[in-house]
Order: sequence, then C-alpha cells, then structure tokens
Amino acid sequence: MKDLLVNINKAFESKARLGIMSVLMVNEQIDFNSLKELLDLTDGNLASHLKALEELEYIAVWKQFIGRKPNTTYRATDQGKKAFESHLQALENLIKGNR
Amino acid sequence: MNQEDQHLDTLYEIRNMMEKSSRFISLSGLSGVFAGVYALIGAALAFFYLKLDFFQPAYYDYLNNNQQVIRSTGIFFIANALAVLTLALATCLYLSTRKAKKQGLPIWTPTSRRLLMSVAIPLATGGIFCLALIYHQGFGLIAPTTLLFYGLALINGSKYTLHDVHYLGICEIVLGLIGSFFTGYGLLLWAIGFGVLHIVYGTLMYYKYER
Repeated sequence: MKDLLVNINKAFESKARLGIMSVLMVNEQIDFNSLKELLDLTDGNLASHLKALEELEYIAVWKQFIGRKPNTTYRATDQGKKAFESHLQALENLIKGNR
Repeated sequence: MNQEDQHLDTLYEIRNMMEKSSRFISLSGLSGVFAGVYALIGAALAFFYLKLDFFQPAYYDYLNNNQQVIRSTGIFFIANALAVLTLALATCLYLSTRKAKKQGLPIWTPTSRRLLMSVAIPLATGGIFCLALIYHQGFGLIAPTTLLFYGLALINGSKYTLHDVHYLGICEIVLGLIGSFFTGYGLLLWAIGFGVLHIVYGTLMYYKYER
C-alpha cells in the first residue's frame, strides 16, 4: 500500500488546484477571470492557490496590461504537466489497487 | 470504500473541468433547425425566381450571358444569401446565449472566442472566394463553393464544440464536392446541405443534448 501512495502529490490535494491544473492541461493559457468563472471561486481563494502552484513552478504567470486594466494569464509548465500526470496515474493505480 | 469514492469523484471532477474549459457545449441544436428552415425558404425563393422545375439542372445556363439578367439575378442571389446567413447567425447566437444561461455557463469565454475565430476564418475565405467567382462569372461553382468552405469551417470549429459538428462538416463537404462536378444541381445540393442537413442535425442534437 505504501508504494501506491508515492506519487500522490500533496500539491494537488484541494479541489481548486485540481481544477486549475485540469483547465491548464487542455488550454494553452487562460486568464484569471475566465479561470475564476470556470471554477466558481472567490478572487482571494483562487489567487492563493495560483500563488502556491506558481511557487512550486507548476504554472507560469504572465502579467500584462490591456489598455489600463491588468490582465494575468497562466499556463502549465512542462514540470507541472508531468507532476499532474503522475498524480493522475497514482490516483488510477490507487483505485485499481483497491478493487 | 469511501476513500475510493472520493478518488473517483476527483477524477470525475477533473474530466468535467477539462471538458467544460475546452469545448463550448452551449451550442443550440434548435438553432440548426431554424437555420435549415431559413435556407429552405431562401432556396425556394431562388427556384421561383428562376422559374425552374425542381430537378432541372444548369440553372445558371439560363443567364445566357445576358448582362442585364446577370446583374439583377446576381443582386437577388446575394441579397437572398445574405438574408439567410444573417437570420441563421442571429438565431444561433440568441438560442445559444439562452441555452448557456439555462446551463449557468458564461457565453463569452476563451473557448467560445476560439470557436468563433476558427469558424470565421474559413467562412470569410469562402465568402471572398465566391466574390471572385462572381467576378469571373463562374456562377455554376458558387453553390458548391459555399458548401465546401462551410464544411471546412465546421470541421475546424468542431475542436471547440460538440463533436457531432465534425460529421456535419464532412457531409457538407461531400455535397460540395458532388456539386463541383455536377454544377447544374448546385441549387438543389445547396438546399439539401444548408436546409435538410441542418434540420436533421439540429433535431438530432436537440434530442441528444437538450431533452
């Protein structure tokens, strides 16, 4: 049982982070507001999760101004994609192992 | 056991989010039916205008290089086509917005923008190419060309919306290719492609996703 849990990644434990990574796996990039609408989270909550993922270098952040409004877009790094994929694999193994 | 349910739930959540964020699923099936009806009305008007028997081929031979006739017929055809297109797009926009509201999904997302762009580029290309055909008086190829480019636009856009649109695109292209060789049946094939196919597909999609 122990070795099954090896790749279960603590970084992806919350629903919000799973959501963020899922969206970034299938979209090249996405801006803060679209992400907020999709995941139905508050600004502060989403921002703190994004911050955490950014510190782990799982996502890359790109800040720019559109007119005078700040616009932040996010994309998954290769490292983030790899980590998320092995997390999914670990989940799958866990479920299969429990059968 | 409970643990397992939780993991399955997690996987479901992930799948759902991937789907929701990469495809625009609020596309209204009902609007396809409306678009088909408009197209059939437009095609019927054209048949009456040209005083054709339903299966009489080579409608454009009737133009017989009579410049006066070509001009008035051309204006009628362009106005007719634009009216059908505008009505169909407006209905699609209205019904899809309504459907998105019902589903509690936003309508203006990066995905819907991508969908719009991927459809608009082949469609606009086809439209301008048709203008070139008019300019060179290749009237017989206009109807199949609209079918071809519309089919390509659908296939291009299907990546960002319901996958069924992909097959509709293929059907339109097949009709367009047939029409490219049998130019006399252009109007009839156009009526089948934009009218009948839309009604069939719209009905299927409506029952599949909206019932």
